[in-house]
Amino acid sequence: MTELAASRDGYGKALLSMATDEKVIVLEADLGKSTKSCWFREKYPNRTISCGIGEQNMMLVAAGLASSGYRPFASTFAIFTERAFEQVRNGIARPNLPVHICGSHGGTHTGTDGSSAQSIEDIAIYRSLPNMIVMHPCDDNSTEQLTIQLLKQDSPSYTRTARNKTPRIYEINDSRLEIGKGVILREGGDIAIIACGVMVSKSIEAAELLNSIGYDVAVVDMHTIKPIDTDLLDKLSSRYKALITVEDHNIIGGLGGSVAEYLSQKSNTILRRIGVKDRFGESGQAEEMLKLLNISTNDIVDTVVEVISEVK
Amino acid sequence: MFVMDLSQLKKLDVSDLVVELEEISRKCRIDILKMVYRAQAGHPGGSLSEIDLLVALYCTQLRFRVDDPEWSDRDRFILSKGHASPGLYSILSKVGFIKEKDLLSYRELGGICQGHVDMKFTPGVDFSAGSLGMGLSFGLGCALAARLDNSTRNCYVMLGDGEIQEGSVWEAIMASRHHEVGNLKVILDCNRIQNDDFVNTQMRLFDIPKKWSSFGWEVKEIDGHNMNEILDGLNWLKNNNNLPSVLIANTVKGKGISFMENNPKFHGAAPNEEQYKSALIELGVDN
Ligand SMILES: Cc1ncc(C[n+]2csc(CCOP(=O)(O)OP(=O)(O)O)c2C)c(N)n1
Repeated sequence: MTELAASRDGYGKALLSMATDEKVIVLEADLGKSTKSCWFREKYPNRTISCGIGEQNMMLVAAGLASSGYRPFASTFAIFTERAFEQVRNGIARPNLPVHICGSHGGTHTGTDGSSAQSIEDIAIYRSLPNMIVMHPCDDNSTEQLTIQLLKQDSPSYTRTARNKTPRIYEINDSRLEIGKGVILREGGDIAIIACGVMVSKSIEAAELLNSIGYDVAVVDMHTIKPIDTDLLDKLSSRYKALITVEDHNIIGGLGGSVAEYLSQKSNTILRRIGVKDRFGESGQAEEMLKLLNISTNDIVDTVVEVISEVK
Repeated sequence: MFVMDLSQLKKLDVSDLVVELEEISRKCRIDILKMVYRAQAGHPGGSLSEIDLLVALYCTQLRFRVDDPEWSDRDRFILSKGHASPGLYSILSKVGFIKEKDLLSYRELGGICQGHVDMKFTPGVDFSAGSLGMGLSFGLGCALAARLDNSTRNCYVMLGDGEIQEGSVWEAIMASRHHEVGNLKVILDCNRIQNDDFVNTQMRLFDIPKKWSSFGWEVKEIDGHNMNEILDGLNWLKNNNNLPSVLIANTVKGKGISFMENNPKFHGAAPNEEQYKSALIELGVDN
């Protein structure tokens, strides 16, 4: 049985294991119980800064700390980090200060809260900022490991985590995990799916279903959207006639956009992007949302079959 | 279905009116409980703290036409703390904007009662909220539009006390005074609890009335669960037409259900079956 876990828990655990570094400071905006920074707060209240419901203030307080040699980790819901976008742009990314932002409850998968809480553009907007690292890991263990690796980075970052539990993909301390390096989770001869976040397990599920009807599909976890792993993209585009990206994000500007931008410069590989087709969500359970927005496991299966028949 | 006859209510003398309104509030509290229990998600605490205020506002003050929700000269009501949607949906069903059975669609796919209030989904909802700190600026826009239209319509905005930690709220407070919008009226649901914990542990607000009046607003404080005080307070709000005014209502988060009262856990959590049953009994429902 696959175990279920939420990537936001990985963020909470990472903060705890980084606590030995005295320079690590945690900032919250009244959502610590949700992003899981509350675990750090419980043990290290003196190194946790409450900013109240004030995201814009939080981002620049973090920038000030970073400029003074601290390593701030600031979190709120993905959508509410966006409230402070210009603060991030001008106060963090422009001076290239190592502030690490975590946006939890990202994507439509977050569910019944409705469209106001379902960020489908976070990856696109942070990706458009120079200096930013942008990640969307798929489970708790990879989130934990990649977040800890951020400590060695001198640039700011944005990491999207998810609220709901999904199948755990990685063991603890998996040596394949490195910021900026995609992981081939499953080999396959016919086509490759490149996914991030909660859609990684959906893609694996789809690949298994496809296997039972005779298709051999590779699955890649592209946990880092920026810098995108161009070596891996080169390898994939030379090996496959078609690639499919899958994300719980607008098809504009996210993982699909990033892959498309790179491939358009050098390869003839066909790319199909599965994602939210430029519309807002609504209230519904996570699985219902994926179906409504045509990004469910079945939609992945259908797209793969279609694309394979096209490129034959 | 029970839809109130507001014209009858308005004929009552104050003591009878108070009795009626308290009974409507009780029924709304039952709706709130049922919605959140059924969805196993949502925000009971802030819905229960605001409901007495919403009931009095809709039943005695607001100008609207349920058969024409888009009527351009209606008063606007903006629930800026849009997570406390069960409270608003409940009173909207009592006055007839939506049907009682619509309450069952709370947080359901395709439902008209979205997790956070949304003007694109629900008749009678004037603003799509969910992100805190946005409603007052929107309300200022509505108030300025009313002035440009030479309309006597008012714009009411309800804010949470946690919510006013957002800096943009204070930009709107400053701008409203600058533009002297007497038709802009705020009700602050001051229940002293926010998402993670008590307001005082997250970001102290200190003297809220003093802060607000130092921005040049008219300010009045009331007990937000005392119907007589609420009615007086709302009349005061209505009659303040030169400057923007704020009614600071001291409330109890989770009011009416003992285990939710003053308990940060019930900001955004649903009761379990046992809790649900005992809450129903407290609200006078015998099953
Ligand atoms: C901009 C923004 N940041 C964070 C949140 C998450 N959130 C939802 S409700 C809430 C607490 C609100 O407290 P308060 O305004 O006091 O409302 P009430 O107690 O009446 O429910 C928070 C932080 C949000 N909705 N919007």
